[in-house]
Amino acid sequence: MRNLLAILTKELKSLFVSPIAYVVLAVFYGVSGYFFYIILSFYAQQSSMNQFGQAPYPMDVPTMVVGSYFGVLSTILLFLLPMVTMGIFAEERKRGTIELLLTSPITHLQLILGKFLGVILFLAIMLLPAILKVLLLYTYSDPQPAVSPYLIGILGAFLLGGSLIAVGVFISSLTENQIVAAAATFGVFIILWVLDASADGTTTVVNEVLRYLSVLNHYEDFTKGVFDTQHLVFYLSFVFLGLFLTSLSLDSEKWRK
Amino acid sequence: MIQVENLTKRYGSRTAIDGVSFEVEKGEILGFLGPNGAGKTTTMRILSGFFPATEGRAVVAGFDVSEQPLEAKRRTGYLPENPPVYTEMDVTSYLRFVARIKGVKSADVSRRASYAMERCGLSEHEDRLIKHLSKGYRQRVGLAQALIHDPDVLILDEPTIGLDPKQIIEVRELIRSLAGDHTVILSTHILPEVSMTCERVIIINNGKIVAVDTPQNLTHQLAGGTRVEVEVSGPMEQLSNVLTRIEGVGHYGTSAASGDRFSLSIEAEDHKEIRPAIARELVKNGFDVYSIRMEAITLEEVFLKLTTEEETE
Repeated sequence: MRNLLAILTKELKSLFVSPIAYVVLAVFYGVSGYFFYIILSFYAQQSSMNQFGQAPYPMDVPTMVVGSYFGVLSTILLFLLPMVTMGIFAEERKRGTIELLLTSPITHLQLILGKFLGVILFLAIMLLPAILKVLLLYTYSDPQPAVSPYLIGILGAFLLGGSLIAVGVFISSLTENQIVAAAATFGVFIILWVLDASADGTTTVVNEVLRYLSVLNHYEDFTKGVFDTQHLVFYLSFVFLGLFLTSLSLDSEKWRK
Repeated sequence: MIQVENLTKRYGSRTAIDGVSFEVEKGEILGFLGPNGAGKTTTMRILSGFFPATEGRAVVAGFDVSEQPLEAKRRTGYLPENPPVYTEMDVTSYLRFVARIKGVKSADVSRRASYAMERCGLSEHEDRLIKHLSKGYRQRVGLAQALIHDPDVLILDEPTIGLDPKQIIEVRELIRSLAGDHTVILSTHILPEVSMTCERVIIINNGKIVAVDTPQNLTHQLAGGTRVEVEVSGPMEQLSNVLTRIEGVGHYGTSAASGDRFSLSIEAEDHKEIRPAIARELVKNGFDVYSIRMEAITLEEVFLKLTTEEETE
């Protein structure tokens, strides 16, 4: 446990020592804040126009804002997370510090979990302002809406981010080139994103499988404020798979040159 | 302290090391000598637990490196060829991080870090970022990292590579001072380094051990001993007749020196004192002798002889 914590702290620190963390955070905060503002003003405008319309129809503005905002959030994560995970193992290989880690009395599990949880903490820092936005939204909304859809949205973004990180960590462990890792991670993310696009139409087994594997498909319920354990299980098994593959990749040190 | 039996490592069809066996006693400094690509780093990586051997067994401090890797790693300090440092960290935080992952107790982390820095002459640089340190000091950080958890065994891969002469001397002295407390294996392709630092040498070539002995014994026994350098002029065509008559003369070679003088390089069999006989016989046969001196055959020559013989097999 102590070993794991040492790795975790070091991972988080090294993210903040490099400019990557600051750039990613700044871009993420800036872009997500900007979209939040746009979405909020759009729906506010719509609702006020609606009130003056011929036949007013009911609008649940908070829910609509939450839905659109988390939709955008997932896309920004898709772009930024590869930059956070690209160095996780690639950098260690490049510098030769992988020799230090693999000759230390720590297990692969401790090493991988330490690194993974370090990035997860970073993801939590990324999502922190989203909580501030909840406070904003609920301070100024009248009548006050339910808090749970927003919190479920944050949970969804966190789970989605976590599974993308697990994939990124695995890809980073395959190469010693950070750019290769980032590009490959980005590519895999996009494929996982749009996997269900090729499945539209019929309900054959293949289509069902494709739809199930699409990471975005499972995210949608969260953005609607619906919590379904089926999705939780999906994301957790995704994380498990990513970390398991990473462990295999580290084991491959046994036979690779 | 270290037992290695029949260690073999293959990468696909290429064999990096082939049936390497040796033992190292507690407190000893063992030198691993060989040309680049001979299998030194491969052997050290197996001993440090970085990757396992294809065949054979390595036991470090009583623990098999592949069966009880964590126990073996806890007792091993390893300095790879490039010091495994995080350049963006300062020396103290780096060493504390290493201490934690090497399993040093929380209460002892600071104390061990200070000890390692003091031992490696880093105390004045404890707050500096590693990226601002010179190559020599980075190497010291690498050494400090290897001994931070007070390991029984230190494995040092080319510890003096890339250093300037002054730094080389400092690092060698440091390594010598570490023996006794620790058992040390170091690899190098620089020959004088071995005779200066090591008590015993293993010469490795093409993945196989070609010789194991003290540096002194290697130069004495394996090379057949001493050599006499003579500078002469005279009837060179008679030289072979003259020399073969002298007892104890082994192989010899001639080369032209300045003017009409020639340099003779004569090997003495079994360390025999052949200088008086050579001088006597040469003068008697009409040669002029300008100088005659005895030279020990250097480790460098032994090394070349052993490694080239291996190649022609």
